[in-house]
Amino acid sequence: VLIYTPALLFCCNSNELDVNLSRVFAGGCGKASLSSCSPKVCIVGSGPAGFYTAQHLIKVDIYERLPVPFGLVRFGVAPDHPEVKNVINTFTQTAKHSRCSFYGNVNVGKNVSITELQQAYHAVVLSYGAEGNRSMGVPGEDLAGVYSAKDFVGWYNGLPSCRELSPDLSCETAVILGQGNVALDVARILLSPIDILKKTDITQPTLEALAESQVRRVLIVGRRGPIQIACTIKELREMVNLPDTRPDMVAADFDGVKEALKDLPRPRKRLTELMLKTALEVPGEKEQERRSKASRTWGFRFFRSPVEVLAEPGHSRIAGIRLAINKLEGSGDGAQAVLTGEVEDVPCGLVVSSIGYKSLPIDPSVPFDSRKAIVPNTMGRVKQAAGLYCSGWLKTGPTGVIATTMNNSFDTARSILEDMDSGTLDMSAAKPGSQSISALLEKRGVKPVTFSDWEKIDNVEMKRGESRGKPREKLLTVEEMLHVAWT
Amino acid sequence: MALVTTLRRLVQNSLREYSRKASAVTWPTKQRSFSIGTQPLRSDNKVTVNFINRDGEKITVKGLPGDSLLDVVINEDLDFDGFGACEGTLACSTCHLIFDEEMYKKLGPITDEEMDMLDLAYGLTDTSRLGCQICLTKSLEGMVARVPESVADIRQTKDGSS
Repeated sequence: VLIYTPALLFCCNSNELDVNLSRVFAGGCGKASLSSCSPKVCIVGSGPAGFYTAQHLIKVDIYERLPVPFGLVRFGVAPDHPEVKNVINTFTQTAKHSRCSFYGNVNVGKNVSITELQQAYHAVVLSYGAEGNRSMGVPGEDLAGVYSAKDFVGWYNGLPSCRELSPDLSCETAVILGQGNVALDVARILLSPIDILKKTDITQPTLEALAESQVRRVLIVGRRGPIQIACTIKELREMVNLPDTRPDMVAADFDGVKEALKDLPRPRKRLTELMLKTALEVPGEKEQERRSKASRTWGFRFFRSPVEVLAEPGHSRIAGIRLAINKLEGSGDGAQAVLTGEVEDVPCGLVVSSIGYKSLPIDPSVPFDSRKAIVPNTMGRVKQAAGLYCSGWLKTGPTGVIATTMNNSFDTARSILEDMDSGTLDMSAAKPGSQSISALLEKRGVKPVTFSDWEKIDNVEMKRGESRGKPREKLLTVEEMLHVAWT
Repeated sequence: MALVTTLRRLVQNSLREYSRKASAVTWPTKQRSFSIGTQPLRSDNKVTVNFINRDGEKITVKGLPGDSLLDVVINEDLDFDGFGACEGTLACSTCHLIFDEEMYKKLGPITDEEMDMLDLAYGLTDTSRLGCQICLTKSLEGMVARVPESVADIRQTKDGSS
């Protein structure tokens, strides 16, 4: 790829870029050194935030803790949503470009500190996302059979740290707390026919567990009402159309909803209409027949908050969940759930809490707002930390789809470029960049995984998947990944 | 000193252009079938499309009947940040385009699937569509499609205070 600029640069190779820059400055100002014109930037995290930020920076190093890149695109997006993962193509192009270097298997915060990165780079961008989860904060949350959606999703997507989750699927009823798209993903994976799932990149152990699963009924529980539901229409439609399932809703939950429709903006209106139709409309003959033959059910339960996970007497296994019954005060987005004092016990053997991911602090030297669980920042510039930036969920909190993160990351990159241009970002001192970090890592016995190493892993996974009719069969441990990377 | 500053600005602007171009939508080469149909591939077969980009600039290009507007953006290498992230598979809303009423009516029916994703687009209007779902025909000759902002411009004061 040749990039032509109006003036002086006719190359896309970053080394040549540096050489040409030095020619310009040597000619123009004599004393200006090459390295003062060569900004060194690194990004921590190789998910969408990391890559979209990288796309707007001239030369950048990306550090990733795992041997494999792409973050939640690989480990969060549901296996039956492969089109959403198409962004991997543009990320791959970015990574393979000579101006971008990928360093996998590097744990920032452990193998190298943020301070050390700041010594090596003019700007450090934190894009490591949200690997924790909000807890329900109720008794019994630690019982066997209770999982965070983050872990459940990590399990079916092959996140190495979730490999041992082995959720017990021998119960009939599963209760999911939360009604966002992640909650619907979990419900869909629990209820989808195996014939559909076995053609995706869902992990083999998950497939085997689901093939044996006794789960036949999934309740998706929210604190507020239908008009406040957090999921989006595409995911709802997938549930409505899920083969071999039928909806099971409580008609009373929808009192007053029809009347409120006319005031809703189109997206919310369409979503609510679909819910109303599914919950209240008497189905036609064909649909009636389909529903009567279905072996699995799913449904929303509204105005319910968890207050306790109940154990089987004398055991530490879950027997059910106690839900407080709420009423709504106010309407629309701002409506609040208020306790009525009544409770309801729902027998179940599996609880998945899908109430939000949460970012964690990476390094004591980085400011962290533990209330909001984000790095405090203004337009991606970390507050009270010159040279530190953030993008993605770490910057704004853990909500939003890939496109949201894309815009967020472009904004951070813009802030960085503005700061370089205005002199706010001090680039007077030369910085060594990856050279010094690589030397540090070597001294500490840490060997980075390069992007071509990742491509070896990628090829092995795709090859293994081929024989099974899957797009890939993911490697499930860091050890396996490193073995393939370095053989 | 002025010379240094000028040169620095020149180079940095070039670098930014470089960065913008390199970050513009680039795709792995895919098999593209030419939708010739029974008509010979003459230049008057092409359909003129005008895009208004986010800076308000008008960009005029041509596409073939059957090409989607996303195809046109890719083929003509148009630099719209983040356009078409899911590569035309109705899994995002980044190819959101806005039309005038008259043109909108000519665009044909919208499926539930498209509307589901369009519903998530920032700045949704009654004349919005997803570019990957609009296919060119001669009757759309000279169409104007506006690329809307993809997110609220949260730029506040220059000193960065919220």
